[in-house]
Amino acid sequence: MHNTTYHKASSAADAASLLSGAEDGALLAGGQTLIPTMKQRLATPSDLVDISGVSEMKGITVSGSTVTIGSMTTHAEVASSSELRAVCPSLADLAGHIGDPAVRHRGTLGGSVANNDPAADYPAAMMALNATIKTDKREIAADDFFEGMFTTALDEGEMIVSVSFDAPSKGAYAKFPNPASRYAMCGVYVAQGSGGVRVAVTGAGEDGVFRASDMEAALDSNFSGDALESVSVSADGMLSDIHGDAVYRANLVKVMAKRAVSAAT
Amino acid sequence: MSEGIGAPVKRKEDKRFITGAGRYTDDIRLENQAYAAFVRSPHAHARVTGIDKSAAEGMDGVLAVLDGKQLTGDGVGNIICGWAITSKDGSPMNMGAWSALATDTVRYVGDAVVAVVAETAAQAREAAEAVEVSYQELPVAAHIDAAVADGAPQIHDNAPGNVIYDWEIGEKDPTDAALANAAHVTEMDITNNRLSPNAMEPRSAVTKYDAAEDHYTLYTTSQNPHVARLVLSAFYAVAPEHKLRVIAPDVGGGFGSKIYIYPEEIVCLWAAMKTKRSIKWTADRTEAFLTDAHGRDHVTNAKMGFDADGNIVGFKVSTKANFGAYMSLFSSAVPTYLYATLLSGTYNIPNIYCEVLALYTNTVPIDAYRGAGRPEASYVVERMMETAAREMGKDPAELRRQNFIREFPHQTPVIMNYDSGDFEGNLNQAMEAADWSGFEARKAESAARGKLRGIGMSCYIEACGIAPSAAVGSLGAGVGLWESAEVRVNPVGTIEILTGSHSHGQGHETTFAQVVADRFGVPLDSVQIVHGDTDKVQFGMGTYGSRSGPVGMSAIVKALDKVEAKVKKIGAHLLEVTEADITIEDGQVKAQGTNKALGWHEVGLAAYTAHNLPPDMEPGLKEGAFYDPLNFTFPMGCFICEVEVDPDTGKTEILKFVASDDFGVIINPMIVEGQVHGGIAQGVGQALLEEVVYDDSGQQLSASYMDYTMPRADDVPNYDVLHHNTKCTTNPLGIKGCGEAGAIGSPPAVINAITHAISNNDLSMPATPSKVWALMNAAKIAAE
Amino acid sequence: MTTVSMTVNGKSVTAEVEDRTLLVDYIREHLRLTGTHVGCDTSQCGACVVHVDGKAIKACTMLAASASGAAVTTIEGIANGELHPMQKAFNDNHGLQCGFCTPGMIMSGIDMVNRYKAEGKTLDEGTIRAELEGNICRCTGYHNIVKSISQAAGEM
Repeated sequence: MHNTTYHKASSAADAASLLSGAEDGALLAGGQTLIPTMKQRLATPSDLVDISGVSEMKGITVSGSTVTIGSMTTHAEVASSSELRAVCPSLADLAGHIGDPAVRHRGTLGGSVANNDPAADYPAAMMALNATIKTDKREIAADDFFEGMFTTALDEGEMIVSVSFDAPSKGAYAKFPNPASRYAMCGVYVAQGSGGVRVAVTGAGEDGVFRASDMEAALDSNFSGDALESVSVSADGMLSDIHGDAVYRANLVKVMAKRAVSAAT
Repeated sequence: MSEGIGAPVKRKEDKRFITGAGRYTDDIRLENQAYAAFVRSPHAHARVTGIDKSAAEGMDGVLAVLDGKQLTGDGVGNIICGWAITSKDGSPMNMGAWSALATDTVRYVGDAVVAVVAETAAQAREAAEAVEVSYQELPVAAHIDAAVADGAPQIHDNAPGNVIYDWEIGEKDPTDAALANAAHVTEMDITNNRLSPNAMEPRSAVTKYDAAEDHYTLYTTSQNPHVARLVLSAFYAVAPEHKLRVIAPDVGGGFGSKIYIYPEEIVCLWAAMKTKRSIKWTADRTEAFLTDAHGRDHVTNAKMGFDADGNIVGFKVSTKANFGAYMSLFSSAVPTYLYATLLSGTYNIPNIYCEVLALYTNTVPIDAYRGAGRPEASYVVERMMETAAREMGKDPAELRRQNFIREFPHQTPVIMNYDSGDFEGNLNQAMEAADWSGFEARKAESAARGKLRGIGMSCYIEACGIAPSAAVGSLGAGVGLWESAEVRVNPVGTIEILTGSHSHGQGHETTFAQVVADRFGVPLDSVQIVHGDTDKVQFGMGTYGSRSGPVGMSAIVKALDKVEAKVKKIGAHLLEVTEADITIEDGQVKAQGTNKALGWHEVGLAAYTAHNLPPDMEPGLKEGAFYDPLNFTFPMGCFICEVEVDPDTGKTEILKFVASDDFGVIINPMIVEGQVHGGIAQGVGQALLEEVVYDDSGQQLSASYMDYTMPRADDVPNYDVLHHNTKCTTNPLGIKGCGEAGAIGSPPAVINAITHAISNNDLSMPATPSKVWALMNAAKIAAE
Repeated sequence: MTTVSMTVNGKSVTAEVEDRTLLVDYIREHLRLTGTHVGCDTSQCGACVVHVDGKAIKACTMLAASASGAAVTTIEGIANGELHPMQKAFNDNHGLQCGFCTPGMIMSGIDMVNRYKAEGKTLDEGTIRAELEGNICRCTGYHNIVKSISQAAGEM
């Protein structure tokens, strides 16, 4: 790891000011992606602004069906939140299967969403739940936020403060993990909410997370696995790597979607 | 509870490991210690056209920037392979030059070019990044097929066509004739996937040079510190043998990968002399993938012929073996004498012929990895048996049973002479434990849930206890493969056992002590095992090939024999009886038929005070022995695996794994079972998960745990480990060895189960979900 | 350089370290507590697991500076006069061979049992295997590690 200058932010405003004062600064959330990337020398920020301890960016509030989760809430906290589980168990289950227990103790929702790894789980949840990503500057709809592999609508220096969404009436996330990394080789989040059914797919697409509109249409009229039988998933635009080619991933999209539908609660 | 042979004694060595007090090489910090980092080739094959060190040399903390020309200029020799193999035509093997730092050509990604020594590890690494090496890229052969292709790039000038040797064993014409006259011939193309050993402790070296004494010390992650010292002095000329101390402290797993002497140890020793500083280098995991010797990587065509009754009449095998870019220390022996000699398996096969083409590629060198040749042999034999049974419509268990060797000793057509075994006993035990006969009902239950169930077996045999020195010498080995031991009975009666074996997880500190406790009835806690330090321990050959039990413990037994003889003489003298009347038991030296006895410690004290010893007896109680094995030992067993395949995803789940092994006499069943567990997990890893993947340009696509699938706890089942043992007849304890059996016998059992489940024999390892799914949907995919 | 202060195994420690110093390097190289190991560089093997404020984390994936102010427990700090039940269980069940992954396994095992007890949930074999996703062992095949954690879960 190249040398860097470490700052511990005391508040969101403090973080913004520290970041703006840095030559080539980066926000450090749980660090579960950024630190390994820095160890590989693929990231060499001049400054690290540690926001993992900023209390105003932590915690889960449920008000009616509206859920708000602070960006620095760890995966373990999301997974074990009884309040969240009462209204949106599918998201708690998703968080409980990100990485491993030690990673879940450090990794944060905001860090994952901001990184937009094409094989990360949270982007699929944000898309399927039609979440709003709240930054220190504005609010961005999930559909507009994820712009492709490792790319988001965040501007330079912009910081996610929280996300919020209306809990769906039914939802589930089904993941087929990459055998080695345990990231999603294909993860499908299905959510049935007031605005209809949304289906978001991570791990499989070349451009990162995407919505499966054919599936959404099919499920809108019949929320069952059988409804997906006739939907064909093209291998075009799917990832190919040593763990599985595009044809296999296209198959997984359908299989995982069906499993998510049948598991939805 | 007994602490002797056969007792499941808890391990003595555990305490330091469970409290964090283990002392591994990277835990060591010497006075005045600097750090090394290596500049490695990013290309699989290139000429080094220039090295610009100036920027690095000017950086903070940098002590030296060293290259291959300096290394060879100082007389440091090339890395060698220590086992000479002769080709069919009588020509010697073609060993290409391998300098610890490349002088003019790099031949794999990771080949070391420059070493940087600096005050801190970070400074060394940053300076290494600042060294500018210019390369002229050359064409690359990254796989076996590319190495043998017309016009393939020439990797070493002295190996035309990239051929190291073209070797054969057995009788070709009679085998061809047997196959021509066979009622049925099964033919398969079989690939044994390339693996990375992945001991959890990365390799590390800490070196020291004492200018006043002209003396060198190397702390390193080695399975055989004496062999390391011998090779470093005799061949690499880094330091004279009597001026070099090699210490292998606690070592975090080896699996073969820590047998060899790698460039980094050589360079760090030499650099310590150059810089007059102690130097540490520790690999990170990426470096481990790029530089630790890999294992396996065979491509084989096999034909097995049967008569009309199902008896095997002939077996012909043609194998291409990938060696990587250079010949590692034992590499040449792996696909020859550790592979083809096991092709008779557990079966009566009258005619066997095998030819092996050994090839260079632009990849990491390949050498022995847990099992070394024997997993490849067992995989070929046991997949052939399973497929043949299916083709002939026979029950796979019955086909094996029909062809089992039943009389011992049994001479195979491929050198090995099996001394003992009851193969059918292991088969029966495993089938019963696996409820073989109840499989159809379980299959129906799986089918009801939309899953495909399969069951497969393997009846492996392997050769351990490597090996009789004269025999291996006649086959080309550059060393003898005996083992040494010294038994020191201290004046207070405590006992130190100095062994040339090395423990890196095997539990020698417990099992070796059990042999002593068993012999004299002394408490286990009074016995200390000393190993891993060339200054403390006499020359020994180290631990690999499951040899510490059959060879290492046999040496201890021989030394104990001598101690016992002297103790009896002293006892008889002090108790005033004849030697024949003396027995040693329960820590006492007793005169039979009397109530006279001496405590063990009293004899020890008498030996050292020497006030009253028999006439002409030397004082002291210390005896040494070298044990040269009479034969290999032949652990065998029957493994049965039952799987369920998810047809939607191709994912395999192992539902049951039964192992019935014949290990001969077992010293500590708890430790033996642990060895089997670990071996099976590595075999399951090979069968389902693990593969080193290179692209055609020679870049490793699987060089981290993000892409190389290590078996995790939820990938493997609980294992049912059973024993049906017959005593080995060729060593004093009757031990066969257990360290590799799990890794040797399990891959074919797993694959036979999956091919059974999906009714398709055309499956290669690793049986990843995507591969299994693609095989099951091949017709559909082809139609789209 | 940055100043870090924390409690490690009950003792207060303060040091000036480079900002980039990983917690594992601080523990191993500055405090010379070498029971915490490094087995990979992609945060997967778990040989470096320690507890920070009572929770298992990977010390190779956290800066020492981020742990400033925290209470850190390493493998050297869990035996309280006598072996911790998890340590004893690994010895009882032959849950280790080469010992390199063992400190991380024990620290993860303790964390796992603590969490499941706190939530009143039982740790069955399948759950233990799933919970061990972040700890890789090459020697034992996991069989006896699972047994060890299971035994300790009954005793803790």
